[in-house]
Amino acid sequence: MNIIDRLFKRPRKSKDIAKERLQLVLVQDRFRLSPELLETLKNELIQVITRHVDVDRGGIEVELTHGATGDALIANIPLKRR
Amino acid sequence: MGETQIRGEGETLPDEIDTVHLKQEEPTMSGRVITITSGKGGVGKTTATANIAAALALRGHRVVAIDTDIGLRNLDVVMGLENRIVYDLVDVAEGQCRLRQALIKDKRLADLYLMPAAQTRDKSAVSPADMSRICDELRPQFDYILLDSPAGIELGFRNAIAPADEVLIVTTPEVAAVRDADRIIGLLEAEEKYDHKLIINRFKLGMVRRGDMLDTADVLEILAVELIGLVPEDEHIIISTNRGMPVILNHNSPAGQAFRNIAQRLTGEDVPFMVIKEASLWQRVQRLVRR
Repeated sequence: MNIIDRLFKRPRKSKDIAKERLQLVLVQDRFRLSPELLETLKNELIQVITRHVDVDRGGIEVELTHGATGDALIANIPLKRR
Repeated sequence: MGETQIRGEGETLPDEIDTVHLKQEEPTMSGRVITITSGKGGVGKTTATANIAAALALRGHRVVAIDTDIGLRNLDVVMGLENRIVYDLVDVAEGQCRLRQALIKDKRLADLYLMPAAQTRDKSAVSPADMSRICDELRPQFDYILLDSPAGIELGFRNAIAPADEVLIVTTPEVAAVRDADRIIGLLEAEEKYDHKLIINRFKLGMVRRGDMLDTADVLEILAVELIGLVPEDEHIIISTNRGMPVILNHNSPAGQAFRNIAQRLTGEDVPFMVIKEASLWQRVQRLVRR
């Protein structure tokens, strides 16, 4: 959302909504990765990692991204000091 | 920002095309097989096939357009040749006639031929092997062999892409069409048809400017494929199809100019995208305002 839209509280352009929806649905189409499967994957990932290091469970993020270099699964796992 | 007039390179030519004065290119008879497909139905494959074929023929190439949509044939009626069908693609595949007998010569444009689909059969009447065999037989006789694919991803689509050297994917700037185009691209890559390019059809500059339509950059970012054509929404297409005439012959038609440009790009010429220049200028203005 650009600053003009934010200043005047304009609703988002429909084409930006369309673009975002397309990017999300295409990742599912291409890799057969549903939101449910992603959730399961995230939980299993947390289980494995917490066996070896202390993590800040609340701060864990796992998401599918669509970038210039292609599609990727990105996990951010904040670690806690012992 | 004033409404930009979409004018093409041919605007100085009179409306009546004089084919003698157009640049005649040496026919090479290299026989490029180009399939036009989309996934989504109704986005403009048949219109694109008919007009790109006509534009190539107008430039002096020997062109055959083949309708592979068996059971739902439309290339014949869009080209205005529906009354001249004797034999069709299925007849050729089944050996009911010689290849030559199923080719309908367009009397208005030199060296443009149509092989129509059968109307009373279905997609199972031909196989990918049949299509490859037929195209191999046509290659020495033509510069360009254009295949109009049916919608979908089933046998009809597989028949149409089997012999393809290149594929043109037609989409519109809408969610469903782009999604289907993405699926098609995936299938093409799985079939090792790596030479594929995109035509964005039914583009509406006003809607793009208002943020109500995906722009070219959005679609290309999502599909990650090279663009070969940008065709604006144009009422002239309906009028031309009503008459059974190719819209490229109408110099008042922006879509006609766009299809002529696609034909030029296919022959290796670097033609700038006329509409896309306006869109990117608008984006630059927007970015200035945002800062």
